[in-house]
Amino acid sequence: MSEEEKNTTSRRDAIRTMFQGAGYVALGGLMWGGYLEESKGAELALRPPGAISEDKFIKACIKCGVCVEVCPYDTLKLATPAEDLVVGTPYFKPRDIPCYMCTDIPCVPVCPTGALDIKSLSIIKEEKSILDINKSKMGLAVVNKETCIAFWGVQCDACYRACPLMDEAISIEYEKNERTGKHAFLKPVVHADVCTGCGLCEHACVTDVPAIKTLPIAIAMGEVGAHYIKGWDKDDEQRLNNSEDVEDNGDSESAIDYLNDADDLFND
Amino acid sequence: MIKNNKYLILRRVIQLTILFLFVGGSHFGWNILMGNYSSALVLDSFVLSDPYAVLQMLFTGYIPVIDVIIGAVIVLLFYAILGGRIFCSWVCPLNIITDFASFTRKKLNIKPLIKTNKSSRKVRYYVMGLGLVLSTIFGIAAFEIINPISMLYRGVIFAFGFGLGAVIIIFLFDLLILDYGWCGNVCPVGAFYSITGKLRILKVHHEKDNCTLCMKCKVVCPEIHVLEIIGKSTGKIKSSECTDCARCIDVCDDNALKFKFLK
Repeated sequence: MSEEEKNTTSRRDAIRTMFQGAGYVALGGLMWGGYLEESKGAELALRPPGAISEDKFIKACIKCGVCVEVCPYDTLKLATPAEDLVVGTPYFKPRDIPCYMCTDIPCVPVCPTGALDIKSLSIIKEEKSILDINKSKMGLAVVNKETCIAFWGVQCDACYRACPLMDEAISIEYEKNERTGKHAFLKPVVHADVCTGCGLCEHACVTDVPAIKTLPIAIAMGEVGAHYIKGWDKDDEQRLNNSEDVEDNGDSESAIDYLNDADDLFND
Repeated sequence: MIKNNKYLILRRVIQLTILFLFVGGSHFGWNILMGNYSSALVLDSFVLSDPYAVLQMLFTGYIPVIDVIIGAVIVLLFYAILGGRIFCSWVCPLNIITDFASFTRKKLNIKPLIKTNKSSRKVRYYVMGLGLVLSTIFGIAAFEIINPISMLYRGVIFAFGFGLGAVIIIFLFDLLILDYGWCGNVCPVGAFYSITGKLRILKVHHEKDNCTLCMKCKVVCPEIHVLEIIGKSTGKIKSSECTDCARCIDVCDDNALKFKFLK
């Protein structure tokens, strides 16, 4: 074999090895990445108090479990591979054990990464920063009026009385029961701006499967979007004044007629 | 018997003590070590963290509070200065499993499907790099999701029993498919400490003149390529892939191997 031939074979080998290596990395990366995407879970978890938003939380949590260890009620658990959650991250199921709203919030200051944000639970009182568990937003309680027996006319205020922010987070709305003509409905109403998502209501609910459920805020709340404005609210109205001009294409006819023009519907 | 297993016993005592302190933190409210090997709260006062886990966190784009960064730097410097991969052989609980797998393999004389070789040992560096790249792409610490080390310790510390599956997979993988498979070929944590431990001060020293070429050290070494100087020259084991596990020192009957600090 001449010197030149030797060089070309070794160069060929080097290129082949390089592509082979790249292939292995791509194979591994795609499989691993696919699993990662899968393992992010269904975002249905209730996180400990002070948890930052879910997409940031799964980046920030180092899965050390100290918050779980210091929880005096064993409310917090670490997700096992059996849960549809990022494995090793803390969560709680209020129907099993709700958050009892410790005033010293032991689970939050121990977080080493800031996944549980102590600032979000602090208020300034007399120039001193103190903890306030009532600022937490772990989730939002949602009542189902079909399964809540208070909506049937049966008197039950279990959730209302279990709520640590009684009359603020859950209040009772009275309404005449037309069916009997002489009784009242005592309906629980959750106020999203106050509800902390502790889940004590869900824990207390008397139905077989709770009629009041604590869901992650992003799922329970919905979102209006930018193009609805409360015209009667001065601050909200300001958004309209601040908004940028939308370019008018001048075709007002089609805008008015588009519902009458049904041709497209029958074309197919 | 004890003489030839001195370091092995010491390592197991240290490994199990750390694990036991974590279990105590979880179940009996001890505050010596709370948390786990990813991040631990020590004596209620300071944090120690896994630098590779924190590096993945940074690669996801999340900037954590300072505690975990300081904790990771302390751990990184400790291992970088003292002994690089001493984490692997003196601290990591999975080491007990993989050591047991290679012990069993040798006892039963099992031929693995693939034989560990020089290029297979490089895979771990690619896994380490890929772990960081995927952390950025998918916005989640990539290796921490599949980490069998953490599945093992979470299983023990938080009493899941669920991590057992991952541990059995690693055991059988090491036993049947690839010898020294996990620790010697795949694990990015070991790769990370290999890279950062290049300047470590604790190294195994070989005295050629005492060596009788019995090769017992090469039989027990999990990173056999680091022992290339055996019987050839006097000096220290240079490669930072050496885990300082000291099995070679244990089995050497000729006083040809010992630990040396600095020079």
